[in-house]
Amino acid sequence: MATTHVAPIESDIAPQSDRVVNDLSIQVATVNGSGSQSSNMVLLRSLFQMGIPISGKNLFPSNIEGLPTWFTIRASRHGWIARRKEIDFLVAMNPETAEEDVRGLEPGAACVYAEKLNLSRLRDDLIFYPVPFDQIVAPVCPDAKLRKLVRNMVYVGVVARLLEIDMGEVERALRKQFKKKVKAADLNFKAVLAGYEFAEKNLEKRDRHVVERMNANTGKILIEGNAAAALGCMMAGVTVVTWYPITPSSSLCEMLISYMKRYRMDPETGKATFAIVQAEDELAAIGMVIGAGWAGARAMTSTAGPGISLMSEFVGLGYYADVPGVIFDIQRVGPSTGLPTRTAQGDIISTALLSHGDTKHPLLFPASVDECYTMAIAAFDLAEELQTPVFVMSDLDLGMNYWMSDPFPYPDKPMARGKVLDAEDLERLGSFRRYKDVEGDGVGYRTLPGTNHPAAGYFTRGSGHNEDALYTEKGELYVRNMDRLNRKFETARRTAPGPVIEGAGRDIGLIAYGTSHWATMECRDQLAREFGVETDYCRIRAFPFADEVAAFIHAHHRVYVIEQNRDAQLLGLLRLTLPPQGGEACRLRSVLHYDGLPLDARSITDSIMTQEVGN
Amino acid sequence: MATTTTPVPRKTNRIGLEPAAYKGSRSTLCAGCGHNAITERIIEAFYEMGVEPHRVVKLSGIGCSSKSPAYFIGSTHGFNAVHGRMPSVATGTLLANRTLLGIGVSGDGDTASIGIGQFVHLMRRNLPLIYIIEDNGCYGLTKGQFSATADRGSVLKNGVVNDLAPIDTCALAIELGATYVARSFSGDKKQLLALLEGAIAHRGTAMLDVISPCVTFNDHEGSTKSYSYVKDHDEPLGEVSFVPFFRDITVDYDPGSTTEVTLHDGSRLLLKKLEGGYDPTNKVEALRVLSESHDKGEVITGLFYVKTGQPNFLDLLNIVDEPLATLPESRVRPPKRVLDEVMESLR
Repeated sequence: MATTHVAPIESDIAPQSDRVVNDLSIQVATVNGSGSQSSNMVLLRSLFQMGIPISGKNLFPSNIEGLPTWFTIRASRHGWIARRKEIDFLVAMNPETAEEDVRGLEPGAACVYAEKLNLSRLRDDLIFYPVPFDQIVAPVCPDAKLRKLVRNMVYVGVVARLLEIDMGEVERALRKQFKKKVKAADLNFKAVLAGYEFAEKNLEKRDRHVVERMNANTGKILIEGNAAAALGCMMAGVTVVTWYPITPSSSLCEMLISYMKRYRMDPETGKATFAIVQAEDELAAIGMVIGAGWAGARAMTSTAGPGISLMSEFVGLGYYADVPGVIFDIQRVGPSTGLPTRTAQGDIISTALLSHGDTKHPLLFPASVDECYTMAIAAFDLAEELQTPVFVMSDLDLGMNYWMSDPFPYPDKPMARGKVLDAEDLERLGSFRRYKDVEGDGVGYRTLPGTNHPAAGYFTRGSGHNEDALYTEKGELYVRNMDRLNRKFETARRTAPGPVIEGAGRDIGLIAYGTSHWATMECRDQLAREFGVETDYCRIRAFPFADEVAAFIHAHHRVYVIEQNRDAQLLGLLRLTLPPQGGEACRLRSVLHYDGLPLDARSITDSIMTQEVGN
Repeated sequence: MATTTTPVPRKTNRIGLEPAAYKGSRSTLCAGCGHNAITERIIEAFYEMGVEPHRVVKLSGIGCSSKSPAYFIGSTHGFNAVHGRMPSVATGTLLANRTLLGIGVSGDGDTASIGIGQFVHLMRRNLPLIYIIEDNGCYGLTKGQFSATADRGSVLKNGVVNDLAPIDTCALAIELGATYVARSFSGDKKQLLALLEGAIAHRGTAMLDVISPCVTFNDHEGSTKSYSYVKDHDEPLGEVSFVPFFRDITVDYDPGSTTEVTLHDGSRLLLKKLEGGYDPTNKVEALRVLSESHDKGEVITGLFYVKTGQPNFLDLLNIVDEPLATLPESRVRPPKRVLDEVMESLR
């Protein structure tokens, strides 16, 4: 079963009218820099270890300390792990946002809060659990400086007690979180216990939500998309990595550095079988990738939208000069200050057509951490086989949040290094023509700098070159080369990961890609259960779009393209590139989500049902 | 009647190659362009040093200067990249294959204006690269606008006067960490050849700013980058001689009047001191001399600064000796037990 497959999990937990088991969303509202990330990870991991499908999403500000942050945990016995808009259980720790957070809750929701915030006065349709955090933490942590950090562990204990989270799993999760820092782990667990004991003695359980052990997570791992992509890059045999720090992509290269230092040092010499360079900016990062890719290395960089913009010129050169390279775009909301720490799928069109002149680039769309890993490997193979820059379009939600997954598979085929001639090949052939399309797939043979053969060298330029890589400004030769690059794009259409299609024969088709997948799957369930609307589904995994995508669209009366941007960017690309066959314009409809938060199923369902009125 | 001719022995270098092996395609630059003279010296330097052509990799940005890598060592790889960004392409290339001998050719616009960001960081990294600025103080390919190395008061053909002080790329390079920094003149064959040979023997960033007049747009009266101006104002720091490592030549010199610098491959630079002496290993001294030359309106040339034995960027990265580009799969794809170990840690 693919890691991206989601189907309602049959659970043997008997429904009881007074208890809602393993189906809730928890939101913890804190101030960033207060150590709450550790507390939230302990909660998330405890539930994961109890075998309950979970997801955890960190909604954080562009700030180091002092601004509001929210962590949303969803536990779903059905296996739905997209964000849920409705909060069942709020932990209100941040005085600044507490009132607004409470006002946003659905009637009947529960709220654990710092007693001194006096929140219960705000609503009479909620279940309030006041907790004197300061009084509880003081005896546990005499060191006043540490208290601010340890204080947040108290709510872990309170929530564990109220939701019946197994305290054995809480301790295991906490010790995993603190790794070798035993003293810190001991101190923090004391705070958890203090919270648990307080709740046991003082709080009467009045809400309906509880958790119970199940076994949906056997063998599974918990990892962020950026770490998964980093692992994929290492296993892909990357040798040159250049990067410039930018949220939300930095952790990809930082994880890669730690993996490579551990696993990619030459055992004989103790030297690195890689070079990782923090460049002065994204222009330099991509320039180094182009230089290294040209010289034959498996080279990559990782960035976000602003970096993609800066890389534009070099990517065009890579396209025109047939230079491989892999670029990760961990997408986020737009430019400059404001929402750089919020998620989006907003770089689709700009990246697909990045640069000046006639350019277009293969894009891969991972939906899961498993695909962050496998598509990283696929991207390097594609880039070298196609001799062109290839983009992996992840996003903040996938890259920076923890996701459950089956363990990643070891690569089942050798590295595909593409059409490279060495000195022996040249000795046999006598010569080669760099940009000659020998096999009709649009990809010529190349040699690497340093090849010890008189016929090896060639001069690389941007737009003006003939098949022998000699300078020319002749229009007909330019056209011939551009047509070859078009054939190469057709090769990409055949060789890039194809779509995953579920269902056939219904009137309505859904198209989604990347992280929109998870909410889309849950939306299909909602449409079927609540409205009796059955849908087929096509998850696009790459641009250029495989032929099956066009076939899927043509086979459906109405197709909703679900994406996380304002301008229906993938739908635009579909319209731009699909073979003309009447009716696409009326067939294709949009479901758009662009508030910076991860997409949820209810938003899609509402949008589709609104558009379905009168078909 | 039969005639016998004694074959003229062919001129070859130490690895048996003729000068032609170091030539490239015909220059398309203007007749008399200083850049062509520099190209000739580059050819001569690689020939004299007996460098295997395939080991050389040529890189450039955009501009008249950046076309010139096509005009030397035509048999090897070259990359005419984008404007001002050659340093990053050169860096990537040498990361991928540290056994290459990199030579980057840039111009004053390509380096000091659009490319100043990448130039600065290249110098800072001390990447083993020969970096040549073919410096004519103007943008030739877009018809003669001022660049950032134009001197204050220099006049364009259309009468426009440059009001801003020039960026001294040599002073910048010294300040930032380049380990071989020189200025020369395209018309000074002997000095430029010695400096280029020294650059080939050096292992670190060798930055050569070569004044190279633009005969079409910046060779008139009022220009400070014209042939006549540079000839009149050229103040060599002292005579530079180069003794390659493979020539067992004993040079007699007075140690009081000559500084000898032994380079990475064992070659030696002999720098004849002028009155007052000059120590090319002294950074502060180098910057002082450059600053004073500006005040005096002189075009000072020679090797300003050299530091041998400084770890270069590739050394600092602790990369394996072989090219990363062609490491076999067995050395770059960890075995399954590594993946298993990582997976286990994530459960």
